Amino acid sequence: MEAVREITGKAYPFGRKNVDTDVIIPAHWLKTITREGLGRGCFETVRKEPGNVFDDPAYAGAPILVAGDNFGCGSSREHAAWALLDMGIHAVIAPSYSDIFSGNAFKNGILAVVLPQEAVDRLLEVARTDPIHIDLETQTVTTPFQDRFTFEIDPFRKHCLMDGLDEVGLTLARQEAIAAYESKAKGELPFLAKGIPVAA
Amino acid sequence: MASVPRTLYEKIWDAHVVETQPNGTCLIYIDRHLVHEVTSPQAFEGLRVAGRTVRRPDLTLAVPDHNLPTTPRKDAAGNRLPIADAESAQQLAALEANAPEFGIRYIGATDLEQGIVHVVGPEQGFSLPGATIVCGDSHTSCHGGLGALAFGIGTSEVEHVLATQTLLLTPSKTMEVRVEGALAPGVTPKDLILHIIGVIGTAGGNGHVIEYRGKVFEEMSVEGRLTVCNMSIEGGARAGLVAPDEITFAYLKGRPLAPRGEDWDKAVAWWKSLATDPGAKFDKSVVINAADIQPTVTWGTSPEDVVPIGGVVPAPESFADPSKQRAAQASLEYMGLAPGTKMSDVEVQNVFIGSCTNSRIEDLRAAAAVVKGRHKAANVHWAIVVPGSGLVKQQAEAEGLDKIFTAAGLEWREPGCSACLAMNPDKVPAGERCASTSNRNFVGRQGPGARTHLVSPAMAAAAAVTGKLTDVRELLGAA
Repeated sequence: MEAVREITGKAYPFGRKNVDTDVIIPAHWLKTITREGLGRGCFETVRKEPGNVFDDPAYAGAPILVAGDNFGCGSSREHAAWALLDMGIHAVIAPSYSDIFSGNAFKNGILAVVLPQEAVDRLLEVARTDPIHIDLETQTVTTPFQDRFTFEIDPFRKHCLMDGLDEVGLTLARQEAIAAYESKAKGELPFLAKGIPVAA
Repeated sequence: MASVPRTLYEKIWDAHVVETQPNGTCLIYIDRHLVHEVTSPQAFEGLRVAGRTVRRPDLTLAVPDHNLPTTPRKDAAGNRLPIADAESAQQLAALEANAPEFGIRYIGATDLEQGIVHVVGPEQGFSLPGATIVCGDSHTSCHGGLGALAFGIGTSEVEHVLATQTLLLTPSKTMEVRVEGALAPGVTPKDLILHIIGVIGTAGGNGHVIEYRGKVFEEMSVEGRLTVCNMSIEGGARAGLVAPDEITFAYLKGRPLAPRGEDWDKAVAWWKSLATDPGAKFDKSVVINAADIQPTVTWGTSPEDVVPIGGVVPAPESFADPSKQRAAQASLEYMGLAPGTKMSDVEVQNVFIGSCTNSRIEDLRAAAAVVKGRHKAANVHWAIVVPGSGLVKQQAEAEGLDKIFTAAGLEWREPGCSACLAMNPDKVPAGERCASTSNRNFVGRQGPGARTHLVSPAMAAAAAVTGKLTDVRELLGAA
């Protein structure tokens, strides 16, 4: 995972609420066996709407997306995060996210910034004309107009994002603790701990 | 610890903590991992690139479902038929190759046990009460119907579980959905969960795990509980739970992968101890009166857009929230519906009975009871019944349900995800409506431009024979 510290640039002023993962990347794009190339299908149905922000040259290549409440609801498809990344989006700013999307975004180095609706409304306004700056170190979102919003982020997630850490690698370093749990479970919860016969 | 009353969720969580970090994040052990072809190829590739192995292949079960066509899979000579769509074929082939490469048990496309992961897990006794169960699919919440802590994960997490058999998680908040009273005749678990989502909204359960409580759930079959928990994610909750009880134990006993002998007795004793303690506190509580619930249908493009079948399409301005007003306006345009239209006047051209929400034997029995002796309406040109697994199909055929469906003009298919999502050949044409027993009525979910009305199996069957959304109680003489 690439380290994320600061993101500056144009932002798509999308603002819509309850954007589900079928909107971010429709199911027919999920037949891929790689992580790349999904940007072409990102927001496919929205892009059929005349005047949509994603085809507006004013925002072309924007690294930030400003959205409404409950962004990324619906399916668990990580393709939604891969599609956003492939489209060049490295941060989303919204009042809330679905739990699964928020995890998927983090695991792909997409910063999912949570700000109150009033702040998001202000950023939607700014984004129409000016760039937005996100600084993970200081946990702030700023604009050229002296706006300054601070956001909360789990310290562990912040540390992983800033240093581009591989979570699987971190957990594999805890093998001893996992093995200790397994041996305890074998005694206490044998019906869960025992596996199923696997293929020959 | 014993003195503090705990919820069912908290007891399962506590039993699976490997380590707790100073910030409260926990490394949680995963007991069961279901894998399908759509969200796993990149995870296996990640393992390969890093030279990693699967820690517990014996806690992992792979089965293809999303991409499989539901038309016959073998020719008359018993040879496997090719998958026409090249991308689907490639994704299915990847799982078929990855499973043996990493030593994972694989149920193949032509095996009798094949089916939708969320039907196969409980049916095989792979999914168990009190277990932590994950799958790269949001409807993993389904298995909570057995009293398991089950939730969907993304592909990076699939890779994490394959490599470490754990996940780094922060504890969820707890939410109680208590249903008082009894469901009226003709009102099913599907109507109940649609109604609940209508009450709490699609973000109502965000950050929470729901426990469904009350007599309705205590008396509900395991199939019904799986249906309810399946759609917890549509209410924003990553997981839903019903406490395991005698109904659960009777359902699981003797299933191929369920514990046996001494293990079974130990398991039952532990499962019985999992019920929420008296006095345990939930972070949020919602009370629903069962008597308020009628057969329920959706009118819009969000699962919270529900209305009783006796109701009308709402006017966007009837919603207080301006952003919900805009969403409703857009939904109505997409759905081609005008405010004030009676739901029972809405004609459908397609009917889909299936999906991880409603493709179990009980669902098929309910649908068959409605179409028996009747015929598909002339305006319905596509009506399919897709059993959730090969075993459900076999059972239904033994009961003669397939003959009832085909006699009524409905197609009887092979198991898979089918028309729930547009990843296989079963799609709803643009601009047409479908009465569907699936779980999502999102824009384009059943195909570009397709218009979905979520309903129960009995209601879908009623729509098939009348050609429009219909109160099934009128056909059953229950109204």
